Amino acid sequence: MGRKLLLEHAHIPDIHTYEVYRRHGGYRSVEKALKTMTPDEVVEEVKKSGLRGRGGAGFPTGMKWSFLAKPEGVPRYLLCNADESEPGTFKDRYLMQHLPHLLIEGMIVSSYALGANTSYIYIRGEYTWLVFHLERAIAEAYAAGWLGKNILGTGYSLDLYVSPGAGAYICGEETALIESLEGKRGNPRIKPPFPAVKGLWQCPTVVNNVETIAAVVPIVNDGGEEYAKIGIGRSTGTKLISACGNINKPGVYEIELGLPVEEFLYSDEWCGGIKRGKRLKACVPGGSSVPILPQYLITKTANGEQRLMTYESLADGGFVSGSMLGSGGFIVYDEDQCIVRNTWNFTRFYRHESCGQCSPCREGTGWMEKVLWRLENGQGKMSDIDLLVDIAKKIEGNTICPLGDAAAWPVASAIRHFRDEFEWHVREPKLCLERNYGLAEEKTPAAPVQTA
Amino acid sequence: MQAITSNGTPFRYSPQALAEVQSLTKKYPEGCGKSALLRALHIAQEENGGWLSVAAMDHVAEVLGLKPIEVYEVATFYSMYNLQPVGKYVLEFCHTGPCAIEGAERLIEYAQCKLGIRTGETTPDGMFTIKEVECLGACGYAPMMQVGEFYHEHLTEEKLDQFIEDCRAGRVNKGTWKMH
Ligand SMILES: Cc1cc2nc3c(=O)[nH]c(=O)nc-3n(C[C@H](O)[C@H](O)[C@H](O)COP(=O)(O)O)c2cc1C
Ligand code: SF4
Ligand code: FES
Repeated sequence: MGRKLLLEHAHIPDIHTYEVYRRHGGYRSVEKALKTMTPDEVVEEVKKSGLRGRGGAGFPTGMKWSFLAKPEGVPRYLLCNADESEPGTFKDRYLMQHLPHLLIEGMIVSSYALGANTSYIYIRGEYTWLVFHLERAIAEAYAAGWLGKNILGTGYSLDLYVSPGAGAYICGEETALIESLEGKRGNPRIKPPFPAVKGLWQCPTVVNNVETIAAVVPIVNDGGEEYAKIGIGRSTGTKLISACGNINKPGVYEIELGLPVEEFLYSDEWCGGIKRGKRLKACVPGGSSVPILPQYLITKTANGEQRLMTYESLADGGFVSGSMLGSGGFIVYDEDQCIVRNTWNFTRFYRHESCGQCSPCREGTGWMEKVLWRLENGQGKMSDIDLLVDIAKKIEGNTICPLGDAAAWPVASAIRHFRDEFEWHVREPKLCLERNYGLAEEKTPAAPVQTA
Repeated sequence: MQAITSNGTPFRYSPQALAEVQSLTKKYPEGCGKSALLRALHIAQEENGGWLSVAAMDHVAEVLGLKPIEVYEVATFYSMYNLQPVGKYVLEFCHTGPCAIEGAERLIEYAQCKLGIRTGETTPDGMFTIKEVECLGACGYAPMMQVGEFYHEHLTEEKLDQFIEDCRAGRVNKGTWKMH
């Protein structure tokens, strides 16, 4: 059993209510931070903890906080990113459902550290019931004196609000989130200026993921050094993983970073192995945007080392033979799944979600979807495969926001690892409409490549 | 992107909704009331039979002190806003990867055959609309659909049959965007 820092109390009945949450030690971190620490000391603990952003990019949170500009007389804002729309990711929803007060507690301590007196939780509109769930919890926190004016008599004041979106994956990108929170279309902004200097209403702003903010609570309670003892190297602490696809036990799990992927995938404590006794074909370990890995690169790296659930180990081999931890959306494919169809499906997603500002992303995702559709339906040409690689390359790095990259990587990695399956779709235009390319037909895994 | 539509029916918020929308703007600083627009549109859509007509958007603009175009450009951007009339129950099926590999596509076909409509269409009795949407953050409980405020997960043909029957019998609660 790994240690649980966030979900330790998630199973307790009515833990979503203030009374029960408080009885189990809730809001201790607010007392500690506001009464015994300066804001800078809180930032310092977060730095020591090594906590990295749980929204996908993995940027060190303490460092991000220290970049926040602090001009005199200008308000600063902390925004919680609860947009959670990356396919395969449903961990923030779980956390907010079971432990709304943990998020509120984290928001208070983090806002204090940043000197923010008004903070917002931007949540995807489809989580309608959670909007009200959070608002009820916030009302309880106000009533108990944890929010509002002069909290605990310390002179620190904070107002916290929930602001819903209305269905747009792109609003998870932090500058699009800010635009959306301002009541506009979710078009990402050109950076610089970065939100740390000019964010919400042109004021200095920090955007953090739900899980990142929740993790600040144990960090303040137990100290950054304690937190950093969990994990391996620069991957410290615990991480929520939402596991889905063809596995026996899909769900949200809190793991200690460093857990072997093999154990996570097969142990009954976690995913419980592949459903219906099938064999494993592929895995997307960090949400739809990260490269897909074939079965022989999931539990081991190209060098034959055990693959671990850490930022570094999952990325081992770079884009040649590695992937990314990303948002922790762990999608598992069994032998019956069609890689071409899945790649088409994801590309359709990115085409639909592109905000349309940059031509490489707007046009490129559309073209990739068309070409993948004809490949999947037995109307493709051999040259289509390289055409896809070429389009992906032209999108990558040429756009305002990383959605372009997120659309390009799944296509490029699927072709890199499953080119034979794409070729089969061209060679067998009739057969590919009847059945999928089986595991047994796959070429023997290429000889291990050197790590990039 | 869908075109905006007018069906000639006027729209005004109910007094309760109007008061709520006006209070929403207080969550944001002086002069930043536009931030309430997304939620104001959710409430308008609910009170306008599940979709946003030009009249509904114009009314929201008036209440929030915005130009109509500021409302149209937002309403046309976000996928939760319906710009055409819809049925009483909008069945929003997730069709993204993780749901697809757990049978979402077959289930959507089943729903289409059962109701005799394609995605985007409404049954002639005005009861059901089928909508396909992208990942709703329920991937581990696939396949799934959303109807109103609620998620229906681990969906099967039998569960869908039962749900449709419950809708017809008036036993289904869609939830609300108004304070509750
Ligand atoms: C297209 C796109 C979608 C994103 N979606 C989310 C999201 O749903 N939730 C999230 O926390 N971060 C998302 N991110 C990452 C955010 O831009 C940002 O890096 C993150 O919220 C920072 O918080 P963190 O440092 O705590 O991870 C997304 C990024 C991109 C480019
Ligand atoms: S990369 Fe795509 S989503 Fe991002 S700003 Fe450009 S067009 Fe919009
Ligand atoms: S893919 Fe259907 S809910 Fe995520």
